[in-house]
Amino acid sequence: MNAEQGNTPTADDFLKGLWRENPVFVYLLGMCPVLAVTNSAINGLSMGLATLFVLTLSNTLVSVLRNIIPREVRIATFILIIATFVTVVDYLIQAISLELHKSLGAFISLIVVNCLILGRAEAFASRNGPARALLDGLGMGLGFTLALLCMGGVRELLGNGSLFGVAVLPAQFQPWIVMILPGGGFFTLGVLLLLINAAKARRQARAQTLEGAS
Amino acid sequence: MSRPEIIASDATPRPAWQMYRAMVGTGIFCALLIVAVFLYTLPVIERNRAAALEKAVLEVLPGATRFRRYDLEQPVYAAFDAGGELAGIALEAQRMGYQDTIRILYGYDPARQAVVGMQVLESRETPGLGDKIEKDPVFVDNFTALDVRLAADGTQLANPIVLVKPGQKTRPWQIDAISGATISSQAIADMLRDSTVRWVPLLWGMRSEFSADEEAGDER
Repeated sequence: MNAEQGNTPTADDFLKGLWRENPVFVYLLGMCPVLAVTNSAINGLSMGLATLFVLTLSNTLVSVLRNIIPREVRIATFILIIATFVTVVDYLIQAISLELHKSLGAFISLIVVNCLILGRAEAFASRNGPARALLDGLGMGLGFTLALLCMGGVRELLGNGSLFGVAVLPAQFQPWIVMILPGGGFFTLGVLLLLINAAKARRQARAQTLEGAS
Repeated sequence: MSRPEIIASDATPRPAWQMYRAMVGTGIFCALLIVAVFLYTLPVIERNRAAALEKAVLEVLPGATRFRRYDLEQPVYAAFDAGGELAGIALEAQRMGYQDTIRILYGYDPARQAVVGMQVLESRETPGLGDKIEKDPVFVDNFTALDVRLAADGTQLANPIVLVKPGQKTRPWQIDAISGATISSQAIADMLRDSTVRWVPLLWGMRSEFSADEEAGDER
Protein backbone atom coordinates (compact mmCIF):
# COMPACT_ATOMS: atom_id res chain seq x y z
CA MET A 1 0.00 0.00 0.00
CA ASN A 2 1.41 3.36 -1.01
CA ALA A 3 2.02 5.52 2.05
CA GLU A 4 1.49 8.72 0.05
CA GLN A 5 -2.22 8.07 -0.46
CA GLY A 6 -2.49 7.69 3.33
CA ASN A 7 -4.89 10.40 4.30
CA THR A 8 -7.67 10.94 1.84
CA PRO A 9 -10.58 8.70 2.67
CA THR A 10 -12.13 7.17 -0.42
CA ALA A 11 -15.41 5.43 -1.04
CA ASP A 12 -13.43 2.31 -1.75
CA ASP A 13 -12.20 2.16 1.85
CA PHE A 14 -15.81 1.55 2.81
CA LEU A 15 -17.04 -0.45 -0.15
CA LYS A 16 -14.27 -3.00 -0.46
CA GLY A 17 -15.33 -4.80 2.74
CA LEU A 18 -18.88 -5.36 1.51
CA TRP A 19 -18.08 -7.65 -1.36
CA ARG A 20 -14.69 -7.61 -3.08
CA GLU A 21 -12.75 -8.12 0.15
CA ASN A 22 -15.60 -9.48 2.27
CA PRO A 23 -13.97 -10.71 5.48
CA VAL A 24 -16.03 -13.89 5.65
CA PHE A 25 -16.58 -14.95 2.07
CA VAL A 26 -13.23 -13.80 0.64
CA TYR A 27 -10.73 -13.68 3.48
CA LEU A 28 -12.37 -16.42 5.59
CA LEU A 29 -11.60 -14.45 8.75
CA GLY A 30 -13.37 -14.83 12.09
CA MET A 31 -14.75 -18.29 11.38
CA CYS A 32 -15.50 -19.05 15.03
CA PRO A 33 -18.48 -16.69 15.39
CA VAL A 34 -19.43 -17.26 11.75
CA LEU A 35 -19.99 -20.95 12.38
CA ALA A 36 -21.07 -20.88 16.00
CA VAL A 37 -23.65 -18.15 16.53
CA THR A 38 -25.41 -18.12 13.16
CA ASN A 39 -28.10 -20.63 14.15
CA SER A 40 -30.72 -17.93 13.79
CA ALA A 41 -30.98 -14.73 11.79
CA ILE A 42 -31.29 -12.54 14.86
CA ASN A 43 -28.21 -14.08 16.47
CA GLY A 44 -26.20 -13.62 13.29
CA LEU A 45 -27.35 -10.03 12.94
CA SER A 46 -26.60 -9.07 16.53
CA MET A 47 -23.22 -10.77 16.54
CA GLY A 48 -22.42 -8.94 13.30
CA LEU A 49 -23.48 -5.59 14.75
CA ALA A 50 -21.47 -6.19 17.94
CA THR A 51 -18.41 -6.96 15.85
CA LEU A 52 -19.08 -3.95 13.63
CA PHE A 53 -19.16 -1.72 16.69
CA VAL A 54 -15.92 -3.12 18.15
CA LEU A 55 -14.15 -3.12 14.80
CA THR A 56 -15.05 0.47 13.95
CA LEU A 57 -14.08 1.89 17.33
CA SER A 58 -10.89 -0.13 17.73
CA ASN A 59 -9.82 0.71 14.17
CA THR A 60 -10.32 4.40 14.84
CA LEU A 61 -8.53 4.40 18.18
CA VAL A 62 -5.63 2.32 16.88
CA SER A 63 -5.29 4.73 13.99
CA VAL A 64 -5.34 7.79 16.27
CA LEU A 65 -2.68 6.25 18.50
CA ARG A 66 -0.62 4.72 15.72
CA ASN A 67 2.19 7.28 16.06
CA ILE A 68 2.74 6.83 19.76
CA ILE A 69 2.54 3.03 19.91
CA PRO A 70 6.02 1.55 19.54
CA ARG A 71 6.27 -1.40 17.20
CA GLU A 72 7.44 -3.75 19.95
CA VAL A 73 4.27 -3.50 22.03
CA ARG A 74 1.76 -2.89 19.27
CA ILE A 75 -0.04 -6.24 19.44
CA ALA A 76 -0.45 -5.99 23.22
CA THR A 77 -1.82 -2.47 22.90
CA PHE A 78 -4.20 -3.44 20.09
CA ILE A 79 -5.54 -6.33 22.14
CA LEU A 80 -6.01 -4.02 25.13
CA ILE A 81 -8.00 -1.59 23.00
CA ILE A 82 -10.07 -4.35 21.41
CA ALA A 83 -10.78 -6.02 24.76
CA THR A 84 -11.97 -2.71 26.16
CA PHE A 85 -14.52 -2.19 23.42
CA VAL A 86 -15.65 -5.81 23.71
CA THR A 87 -16.31 -5.29 27.42
CA VAL A 88 -18.23 -2.14 26.58
CA VAL A 89 -20.34 -4.07 24.06
CA ASP A 90 -20.92 -6.82 26.59
CA TYR A 91 -22.41 -4.36 29.10
CA LEU A 92 -24.41 -2.56 26.43
CA ILE A 93 -25.97 -5.80 25.19
CA GLN A 94 -26.90 -6.78 28.74
CA ALA A 95 -28.52 -3.39 29.13
CA ILE A 96 -30.38 -3.69 25.83
CA SER A 97 -31.67 -7.22 26.29
CA LEU A 98 -30.79 -10.02 28.68
CA GLU A 99 -32.42 -12.48 26.29
CA LEU A 100 -30.02 -11.51 23.54
CA HIS A 101 -27.09 -11.69 25.91
CA LYS A 102 -28.23 -15.15 26.91
CA SER A 103 -28.41 -16.42 23.36
CA LEU A 104 -25.04 -14.97 22.28
CA GLY A 105 -23.54 -16.43 25.42
CA ALA A 106 -19.80 -16.83 25.50
CA PHE A 107 -19.32 -15.54 21.99
CA ILE A 108 -19.45 -11.88 22.94
CA SER A 109 -16.26 -12.12 24.96
CA LEU A 110 -14.71 -14.13 22.14
CA ILE A 111 -14.93 -11.08 19.85
CA VAL A 112 -11.59 -10.17 21.49
CA VAL A 113 -9.86 -12.96 19.65
CA ASN A 114 -11.71 -12.51 16.38
CA CYS A 115 -8.79 -12.36 13.97
CA LEU A 116 -10.73 -10.01 11.70
CA ILE A 117 -10.47 -7.20 14.25
CA LEU A 118 -6.80 -7.65 15.09
CA GLY A 119 -6.12 -8.19 11.40
CA ARG A 120 -7.67 -4.87 10.40
CA ALA A 121 -5.89 -3.08 13.24
CA GLU A 122 -2.55 -4.44 12.12
CA ALA A 123 -2.99 -4.38 8.36
CA PHE A 124 -4.98 -1.18 7.93
CA ALA A 125 -5.62 1.02 10.94
CA SER A 126 -1.99 1.14 12.09
CA ARG A 127 -0.92 2.38 8.65
CA ASN A 128 -3.67 4.83 7.76
CA GLY A 129 -5.36 7.95 9.11
CA PRO A 130 -8.39 7.80 11.43
CA ALA A 131 -10.93 8.75 8.76
CA ARG A 132 -9.85 5.94 6.48
CA ALA A 133 -9.59 3.50 9.37
CA LEU A 134 -13.12 4.41 10.44
CA LEU A 135 -14.47 3.78 6.95
CA ASP A 136 -12.53 0.54 6.70
CA GLY A 137 -13.95 -0.60 10.02
CA LEU A 138 -17.50 0.29 9.01
CA GLY A 139 -17.17 -1.43 5.64
CA MET A 140 -15.53 -4.57 6.93
CA GLY A 141 -17.92 -4.73 9.87
CA LEU A 142 -20.91 -4.33 7.59
CA GLY A 143 -19.55 -7.02 5.27
CA PHE A 144 -19.15 -9.29 8.28
CA THR A 145 -22.68 -8.50 9.46
CA LEU A 146 -24.16 -9.22 6.03
CA ALA A 147 -22.32 -12.52 5.85
CA LEU A 148 -23.52 -13.55 9.31
CA LEU A 149 -27.05 -12.48 8.47
CA CYS A 150 -26.99 -14.62 5.29
CA MET A 151 -25.72 -17.62 7.22
CA GLY A 152 -28.18 -17.13 10.06
CA GLY A 153 -31.08 -16.58 7.67
CA VAL A 154 -30.41 -19.70 5.65
CA ARG A 155 -29.85 -21.84 8.73
CA GLU A 156 -32.90 -20.59 10.60
CA LEU A 157 -35.10 -20.96 7.53
CA LEU A 158 -34.08 -24.55 6.84
CA GLY A 159 -33.48 -25.63 10.42
CA ASN A 160 -36.50 -24.08 12.06
CA GLY A 161 -38.80 -23.01 9.21
CA SER A 162 -38.77 -19.43 10.49
CA LEU A 163 -37.01 -16.13 9.89
CA PHE A 164 -36.35 -13.71 12.76
CA GLY A 165 -38.55 -15.96 14.87
CA VAL A 166 -41.57 -15.64 12.57
CA ALA A 167 -42.68 -18.89 10.98
CA VAL A 168 -42.52 -18.46 7.21
CA LEU A 169 -42.54 -22.02 5.90
CA PRO A 170 -45.79 -24.02 6.00
CA ALA A 171 -46.29 -26.28 9.01
CA GLN A 172 -45.90 -29.40 6.83
CA PHE A 173 -42.24 -28.49 6.34
CA GLN A 174 -40.12 -30.81 8.44
CA PRO A 175 -37.22 -28.68 9.74
CA TRP A 176 -33.72 -29.94 9.00
CA ILE A 177 -32.51 -29.94 12.60
CA VAL A 178 -28.92 -30.41 11.46
CA MET A 179 -28.92 -26.90 10.02
CA ILE A 180 -29.06 -25.28 13.46
CA LEU A 181 -26.51 -27.69 14.91
CA PRO A 182 -22.81 -26.91 14.42
CA GLY A 183 -22.60 -29.16 11.37
CA GLY A 184 -25.16 -27.01 9.58
CA GLY A 185 -22.82 -24.04 9.91
CA PHE A 186 -20.16 -25.84 7.92
CA PHE A 187 -22.67 -26.97 5.27
CA THR A 188 -24.08 -23.48 4.87
CA LEU A 189 -20.70 -21.80 4.71
CA GLY A 190 -19.47 -24.39 2.20
CA VAL A 191 -22.47 -23.97 -0.07
CA LEU A 192 -22.35 -20.17 0.10
CA LEU A 193 -18.63 -20.17 -0.73
CA LEU A 194 -19.28 -22.56 -3.59
CA LEU A 195 -21.94 -20.26 -5.05
CA ILE A 196 -19.81 -17.15 -4.63
CA ASN A 197 -16.74 -18.73 -6.17
CA ALA A 198 -18.79 -20.15 -9.04
CA ALA A 199 -20.22 -16.70 -9.73
CA LYS A 200 -16.74 -15.20 -9.67
CA ALA A 201 -15.28 -17.86 -11.93
CA ARG A 202 -18.06 -17.37 -14.44
CA ARG A 203 -17.56 -13.62 -14.46
CA GLN A 204 -13.84 -14.08 -14.95
CA ALA A 205 -14.34 -16.53 -17.77
CA ARG A 206 -16.73 -14.11 -19.47
CA ALA A 207 -14.22 -11.29 -19.12
CA GLN A 208 -11.56 -13.47 -20.67
CA THR A 209 -13.65 -14.49 -23.65
CA LEU A 210 -14.51 -10.83 -24.24
CA GLU A 211 -10.83 -9.98 -24.20
CA GLY A 212 -10.06 -12.88 -26.50
CA ALA A 213 -12.74 -11.76 -28.93
CA SER A 214 -11.61 -8.14 -29.17
CA MET B 1 2.31 13.26 7.88
CA SER B 2 3.92 11.50 4.99
CA ARG B 3 4.42 8.18 6.70
CA PRO B 4 3.27 6.66 9.98
CA GLU B 5 6.54 7.13 11.81
CA ILE B 6 6.73 4.70 14.64
CA ILE B 7 4.77 1.62 13.83
CA ALA B 8 5.90 1.41 10.27
CA SER B 9 9.50 2.37 10.87
CA ASP B 10 12.16 -0.30 10.66
CA ALA B 11 13.54 -2.13 13.58
CA THR B 12 15.39 0.53 15.56
CA PRO B 13 14.67 -0.33 19.22
CA ARG B 14 12.58 2.25 21.02
CA PRO B 15 13.45 3.57 24.46
CA ALA B 16 11.59 1.72 27.16
CA TRP B 17 9.69 4.79 28.37
CA GLN B 18 7.89 5.01 25.06
CA MET B 19 6.57 1.52 25.51
CA TYR B 20 5.50 2.30 29.07
CA ARG B 21 3.84 5.45 27.87
CA ALA B 22 1.90 3.63 25.18
CA MET B 23 0.78 0.72 27.32
CA VAL B 24 0.11 2.54 30.57
CA GLY B 25 -1.61 5.41 28.76
CA THR B 26 -3.83 3.06 26.78
CA GLY B 27 -4.46 0.99 29.89
CA ILE B 28 -5.63 3.97 31.92
CA PHE B 29 -7.83 5.25 29.13
CA CYS B 30 -9.37 1.80 28.66
CA ALA B 31 -9.94 1.33 32.38
CA LEU B 32 -11.72 4.67 32.65
CA LEU B 33 -13.87 3.85 29.65
CA ILE B 34 -14.89 0.48 31.05
CA VAL B 35 -15.72 1.90 34.47
CA ALA B 36 -17.78 4.68 32.91
CA VAL B 37 -19.79 2.26 30.78
CA PHE B 38 -20.19 -0.14 33.71
CA LEU B 39 -21.55 2.58 35.98
CA TYR B 40 -23.82 3.86 33.25
CA THR B 41 -25.31 0.45 32.36
CA LEU B 42 -25.46 -1.09 35.85
CA PRO B 43 -28.85 0.33 36.88
CA VAL B 44 -30.36 -0.65 33.53
CA ILE B 45 -28.97 -4.17 33.75
CA GLU B 46 -30.27 -4.59 37.29
CA ARG B 47 -33.66 -3.35 36.25
CA ASN B 48 -33.66 -5.89 33.40
CA ARG B 49 -32.72 -8.68 35.79
CA ALA B 50 -35.43 -7.73 38.27
CA ALA B 51 -37.99 -7.50 35.47
CA ALA B 52 -36.98 -10.91 34.13
CA LEU B 53 -37.28 -12.44 37.61
CA GLU B 54 -40.62 -10.79 38.24
CA LYS B 55 -41.98 -12.04 34.94
CA ALA B 56 -40.73 -15.56 35.68
CA VAL B 57 -42.21 -15.66 39.20
CA LEU B 58 -45.62 -14.46 38.05
CA GLU B 59 -45.51 -16.91 35.17
CA VAL B 60 -44.78 -20.04 37.23
CA LEU B 61 -47.55 -19.20 39.69
CA PRO B 62 -50.80 -18.70 37.79
CA GLY B 63 -53.07 -16.21 39.47
CA ALA B 64 -50.31 -14.41 41.35
CA THR B 65 -50.18 -10.65 41.03
CA ARG B 66 -47.33 -9.69 43.37
CA PHE B 67 -44.69 -11.40 45.37
CA ARG B 68 -42.19 -10.95 48.13
CA ARG B 69 -38.75 -12.36 48.62
CA TYR B 70 -37.89 -14.36 51.72
CA ASP B 71 -34.23 -15.15 52.34
CA LEU B 72 -34.16 -18.64 53.73
CA GLU B 73 -31.22 -20.90 52.92
CA GLN B 74 -31.91 -19.84 49.38
CA PRO B 75 -34.20 -17.00 48.33
CA VAL B 76 -37.80 -18.07 47.90
CA TYR B 77 -40.51 -15.90 46.41
CA ALA B 78 -43.91 -16.08 48.03
CA ALA B 79 -46.53 -14.86 45.60
CA PHE B 80 -50.02 -13.63 46.39
CA ASP B 81 -53.16 -13.24 44.34
CA ALA B 82 -55.20 -10.09 44.09
CA GLY B 83 -56.96 -10.83 47.37
CA GLY B 84 -53.71 -11.19 49.30
CA GLU B 85 -54.01 -14.97 49.56
CA LEU B 86 -50.90 -17.09 49.09
CA ALA B 87 -50.88 -18.20 45.45
CA GLY B 88 -47.74 -20.24 45.82
CA ILE B 89 -44.03 -20.13 46.35
CA ALA B 90 -41.44 -19.88 43.60
CA LEU B 91 -37.88 -21.04 43.99
CA GLU B 92 -34.84 -21.73 41.93
CA ALA B 93 -33.18 -25.05 41.23
CA GLN B 94 -30.14 -25.86 39.18
CA ARG B 95 -28.14 -28.78 37.90
CA MET B 96 -25.67 -29.65 35.22
CA GLY B 97 -27.34 -30.25 31.88
CA TYR B 98 -25.83 -31.46 28.65
CA GLN B 99 -23.68 -28.39 27.96
CA ASP B 100 -23.71 -26.28 31.08
CA THR B 101 -25.63 -25.68 34.26
CA ILE B 102 -29.36 -25.30 33.72
CA ARG B 103 -31.15 -22.96 36.11
CA ILE B 104 -34.91 -23.07 36.47
CA LEU B 105 -37.54 -21.37 38.56
CA TYR B 106 -40.56 -23.42 39.58
CA GLY B 107 -43.73 -22.62 41.43
CA TYR B 108 -45.11 -24.74 44.29
CA ASP B 109 -48.72 -24.33 45.26
CA PRO B 110 -49.34 -25.62 48.83
CA ALA B 111 -53.11 -25.54 48.34
CA ARG B 112 -52.88 -28.04 45.47
CA GLN B 113 -49.72 -29.73 46.78
CA ALA B 114 -48.29 -29.55 43.30
CA VAL B 115 -45.69 -27.88 41.14
CA VAL B 116 -47.77 -25.57 38.98
CA GLY B 117 -45.24 -23.97 36.66
CA MET B 118 -41.64 -24.06 35.51
CA GLN B 119 -39.46 -21.57 33.64
CA VAL B 120 -35.93 -22.07 32.39
CA LEU B 121 -33.86 -19.12 33.56
CA GLU B 122 -30.54 -20.11 32.08
CA SER B 123 -29.55 -22.86 29.72
CA ARG B 124 -27.10 -23.43 26.93
CA GLU B 125 -28.61 -26.69 25.74
CA THR B 126 -28.25 -27.76 22.12
CA PRO B 127 -30.54 -25.71 19.89
CA GLY B 128 -33.15 -27.92 18.27
CA LEU B 129 -32.74 -30.74 20.80
CA GLY B 130 -31.97 -29.84 24.40
CA ASP B 131 -33.51 -26.39 24.22
CA LYS B 132 -36.91 -28.04 23.80
CA ILE B 133 -37.02 -28.07 27.61
CA GLU B 134 -38.07 -24.44 27.22
CA LYS B 135 -40.47 -24.72 24.31
CA ASP B 136 -41.78 -28.24 23.72
CA PRO B 137 -45.50 -27.93 24.54
CA VAL B 138 -45.85 -31.53 25.73
CA PHE B 139 -42.85 -31.23 28.02
CA VAL B 140 -43.87 -27.85 29.40
CA ASP B 141 -47.30 -29.34 30.08
CA ASN B 142 -45.67 -31.72 32.59
CA PHE B 143 -45.29 -28.84 34.99
CA THR B 144 -48.80 -27.47 35.15
CA ALA B 145 -49.90 -29.96 37.83
CA LEU B 146 -46.97 -32.08 38.95
CA ASP B 147 -47.91 -33.86 42.13
CA VAL B 148 -45.57 -33.35 45.12
CA ARG B 149 -48.01 -34.48 47.80
CA LEU B 150 -46.56 -35.08 51.27
CA ALA B 151 -46.68 -38.51 52.82
CA ALA B 152 -48.91 -39.07 55.84
CA ASP B 153 -46.20 -38.15 58.35
CA GLY B 154 -45.71 -34.79 56.67
CA THR B 155 -41.92 -34.88 56.56
CA GLN B 156 -41.29 -36.32 53.15
CA LEU B 157 -42.87 -36.58 49.73
CA ALA B 158 -45.30 -39.39 49.09
CA ASN B 159 -43.91 -39.83 45.59
CA PRO B 160 -40.67 -38.14 44.55
CA ILE B 161 -40.72 -36.85 40.98
CA VAL B 162 -39.47 -39.30 38.37
CA LEU B 163 -38.71 -39.09 34.66
CA VAL B 164 -40.37 -41.62 32.36
CA LYS B 165 -39.91 -42.39 28.67
CA PRO B 166 -41.69 -40.07 26.20
CA GLY B 167 -45.45 -40.59 26.24
CA GLN B 168 -45.48 -43.03 29.16
CA LYS B 169 -46.64 -40.68 31.88
CA THR B 170 -49.42 -42.37 33.83
CA ARG B 171 -49.08 -40.82 37.30
CA PRO B 172 -49.25 -37.15 38.26
CA TRP B 173 -45.72 -37.19 39.74
CA GLN B 174 -44.10 -38.44 36.55
CA ILE B 175 -42.44 -36.30 33.89
CA ASP B 176 -42.54 -37.29 30.23
CA ALA B 177 -39.04 -37.04 28.76
CA ILE B 178 -38.44 -35.34 25.41
CA SER B 179 -37.27 -37.80 22.81
CA GLY B 180 -33.84 -36.71 21.58
CA ALA B 181 -33.19 -34.65 24.70
CA THR B 182 -33.01 -37.29 27.39
CA ILE B 183 -30.07 -35.75 29.24
CA SER B 184 -31.65 -32.31 29.40
CA SER B 185 -35.01 -33.79 30.49
CA GLN B 186 -33.25 -35.91 33.09
CA ALA B 187 -31.46 -32.83 34.43
CA ILE B 188 -34.76 -30.99 34.85
CA ALA B 189 -36.40 -33.97 36.54
CA ASP B 190 -33.43 -34.50 38.88
CA MET B 191 -33.16 -30.88 39.94
CA LEU B 192 -36.90 -30.71 40.55
CA ARG B 193 -36.87 -33.94 42.54
CA ASP B 194 -33.91 -32.90 44.71
CA SER B 195 -35.28 -29.44 45.29
CA THR B 196 -38.83 -30.57 46.07
CA VAL B 197 -37.68 -33.39 48.35
CA ARG B 198 -35.78 -30.83 50.38
CA TRP B 199 -38.01 -27.80 50.21
CA VAL B 200 -41.62 -28.92 49.94
CA PRO B 201 -41.84 -30.31 53.52
CA LEU B 202 -40.21 -27.10 54.81
CA LEU B 203 -42.42 -24.77 52.80
CA TRP B 204 -45.51 -26.77 53.69
CA GLY B 205 -44.66 -26.38 57.36
CA MET B 206 -44.29 -22.63 57.10
CA ARG B 207 -47.04 -21.95 54.57
CA SER B 208 -49.04 -19.91 57.04
CA GLU B 209 -46.05 -17.68 57.82
CA PHE B 210 -45.92 -16.15 54.36
CA SER B 211 -48.01 -13.08 54.30
CA ALA B 212 -48.69 -10.29 51.89
CA ASP B 213 -48.39 -7.70 54.66
CA GLU B 214 -45.34 -5.69 55.47
CA GLU B 215 -44.07 -7.56 58.54
CA ALA B 216 -41.32 -9.74 57.11
CA GLY B 217 -39.11 -9.92 54.04
CA ASP B 218 -38.48 -7.28 51.43
CA GLU B 219 -41.33 -6.03 49.35
CA ARG B 220 -40.58 -6.54 45.69
